[in-house]
Amino acid sequence: MRALARPLAATAGLLLLAAGCGSGADSGTEPVTLQVYAAASLQEPFAEIGEEFEAAHEGVEVAFNLAGSSTLGQQIRQGAPADVFASANPQNMDTLVGADLAAPVDFTSNTLMIAVPPGNPAGITDLASLTRDGLNLVLCAPEVPCGAAAKTLEESAGLTLAPVSEEQSVTDVLNKVTSGQADAGLVYVTDIARAGDAAEGIEFPEAQDAVNTYPITPIRGADHAGLGQEFVDLVLSEPGQQTLADHGFVRP
Amino acid sequence: MSTLPRWVLLPALLGALFVLLPLTAMASRVRWANVGALLTSEASLSALRLSVQTSATSALACVLVGVPMSVLLARAEFRGLSLLRSLVLLPLVLPPVVGGIALLYTFGRQGLLGRHLEVLGLEIAFSTTAVVLAQTFVALPFLVISLEGALRTAGTRYEVTAASLGAGPSRVLLGVTLPLVLPSLLSGTVLAFARALGEFGATITFAGSLQGTTRTLPLEIYLQRESDPEAAVALSFLLMIVAVVVIAVARRRVSA
Amino acid sequence: MSLQLRARVPERGVELDLAVADGQTLALIGPNGAGKSTVLSLVSGALRPGTGRVELDGQLLAGEHSWTPPHQRRVTTLSQDPVLFPHLTARRNVMYPLRSQGVPRARSRDEAEQWLAELGLMELAERRPAQLSGGQAQRVAIARALAADPRLLLLDEPMAALDIDVASALRAQLRRFLTDRTAIIVTHDVLDALTLADCLAVLEDGRIIEQGPTQELLSTPRSAFTARFAGLNLLTGRWQDGAVVLADGTRLPATGPHPPGRRLHAAFRPSAVRLAPVGGIRRTVTGLLPHGDLVRVRTEDLAADLSPQEIAEHRLEPGSPVLLAVPRGSVTTYEA
Repeated sequence: MRALARPLAATAGLLLLAAGCGSGADSGTEPVTLQVYAAASLQEPFAEIGEEFEAAHEGVEVAFNLAGSSTLGQQIRQGAPADVFASANPQNMDTLVGADLAAPVDFTSNTLMIAVPPGNPAGITDLASLTRDGLNLVLCAPEVPCGAAAKTLEESAGLTLAPVSEEQSVTDVLNKVTSGQADAGLVYVTDIARAGDAAEGIEFPEAQDAVNTYPITPIRGADHAGLGQEFVDLVLSEPGQQTLADHGFVRP
Repeated sequence: MSTLPRWVLLPALLGALFVLLPLTAMASRVRWANVGALLTSEASLSALRLSVQTSATSALACVLVGVPMSVLLARAEFRGLSLLRSLVLLPLVLPPVVGGIALLYTFGRQGLLGRHLEVLGLEIAFSTTAVVLAQTFVALPFLVISLEGALRTAGTRYEVTAASLGAGPSRVLLGVTLPLVLPSLLSGTVLAFARALGEFGATITFAGSLQGTTRTLPLEIYLQRESDPEAAVALSFLLMIVAVVVIAVARRRVSA
Repeated sequence: MSLQLRARVPERGVELDLAVADGQTLALIGPNGAGKSTVLSLVSGALRPGTGRVELDGQLLAGEHSWTPPHQRRVTTLSQDPVLFPHLTARRNVMYPLRSQGVPRARSRDEAEQWLAELGLMELAERRPAQLSGGQAQRVAIARALAADPRLLLLDEPMAALDIDVASALRAQLRRFLTDRTAIIVTHDVLDALTLADCLAVLEDGRIIEQGPTQELLSTPRSAFTARFAGLNLLTGRWQDGAVVLADGTRLPATGPHPPGRRLHAAFRPSAVRLAPVGGIRRTVTGLLPHGDLVRVRTEDLAADLSPQEIAEHRLEPGSPVLLAVPRGSVTTYEA
């Protein structure tokens, strides 16, 4: 019984601690971990920029938390130990500004593109052809940034799109297209770049009406706010912008 | 009860707290003033209706195929039986997303069966049928595991007796075997319904998400979380209430 | 409805040749593991014979290329556990075999009621099995088995789980129902054999070692098991000068005449055995057991029922030497 009591107590302690668990304070020579919370679409360029940052800062490790922007925004508002936040739209950043946690700058932008399965079996040519009857069109839900952009586009072009599914994230839209479930979907230019041969992209002029701007900020009062600012600076620098451009992003 | 060692109390209470505390924490975040409006919005009602309809259909589908499966697993003897049992119970341990991917490659437009169904004009992708398929896939093992266990515990002596009284196999199954395990069949069905109600991963992977067609309550909650966390909390609370009611009603009926 | 069973079940070491004539009841006795339940399984259809055949009333139930499933055999088993369907009332339990055989509901109800009345169960008709005593449940089980109108009734120690009073009441009822029915009863109780069975078969190690009319077998047993079942001492020796002489030279006086040197069985009741002052049969006590108001004294090969006073007076206990005598007139002798 005594033997059992100790691990039990430890478990109990863990359960109680779990809520208050934060990143430990950094003390002098200890290796430092910079926590970067970034929209999932930034995965590849940020990985490269992160490596560059680590090379320039000895003893610093960059850790990424990649997820949907609203999820990340919520986590940060709930006290998650983020040092930097890069959002895929201004709305999720605005809530942090309201909470006096952020001082964002726009660092890049992304536009929509039509994604079709290889060979374009449904013969999609432009935005108007997405309104065709019987077409399996997949969009993001209006609640998420890519869906909001699609909605803006739809309104400005004066079209009515009737999707068979409104997905949670742009990745879900892309997956529906690459797996052949959908005939077409609206995704970001960067996603097409990421998909390689699994999907084809079709550009359309109306895309310029719904440019998605990405803001970035160091988190005020974070453990490594200073390093965070340096990371933001690197992203805004010429080499950082070049890396983003390599992955299809466009300067704002 | 008095033979229980006293020390089990502490971990038991901790365990109960571990489950109840998060639920309470969530309930405490519900803005009661807005709940009415949030829950009666078109999107919420549509998601709730779809969830209840598809979960009920899935539970029924689980009964229709799960009962024969359980009987076979519990009573038949053939080579590979234990392997078959493991495979059938696989969705229990598989991440639902994996289930969704598997269903995609089976019933999807270019899937194993899907492409033939497509030729026949049956399109499952992005339809409510896809939701039911995803839910049935993940819920089926819950029914099978509870019913098969009950059948094994019940043993065969009633069935042997019934046959000795001249009852044919179908009459024995319907008149003796199933009535004897009725409580387990009911609780298994409720479990399956509850699992279907909570199903998210396989549905979002396989069926998509469209209000009124494929966007069930869990999908609606996840989506609302993006734009309106308050609504997500209210909906979560609603889902919890529905689940508690279902389980409570079922338990009462089973023990009665 | 006569039963013919000639079958081998090699994995159980059973090889049988058994017959029950139309309307007769056969009692099947034997030590545990002798193969009694194998016989019942072969007839009921729970077990397929390795080789051989089971025939009921000329119909092949099981043969080399033939198999009648249990529910088509009209062979009903009644065991010590009533196995009433717990979700059905007593009445519905009795209706079950009738409905299974396609009898319309109303007629099933009437017939079930007749059987319930016959067994004095009318007031219990609407009860569930959980609300019945052991004896009541077994009576419902009998009513149900009889309602099935089986061609052959298998009784597997039907009274073993009941207390003595209930068992004897039930035995009397069973006796009435079995008079013109073909049945096999497996039992450990000599009373069952005597009151219910016309003939007796003794199984040992998967073989039938004795078979014949019950009375005859029980009064002139030929195996140690049958003798013990009948409650008799059984010794075997050769006839010489008015006595059966056992292998160890012990003389057991008996009434003749028999040809000298003929091998004979000698059977006698333990209650006939007396303590002998001198001479007598010299044996060693191996065990003492209360037996009514007497004490059964066991020795190497025979038992004696003595009074407690005699036990005390001679200080008999396991290991004690004892001298016994059997009155000549109490010994039945017959050819071995």
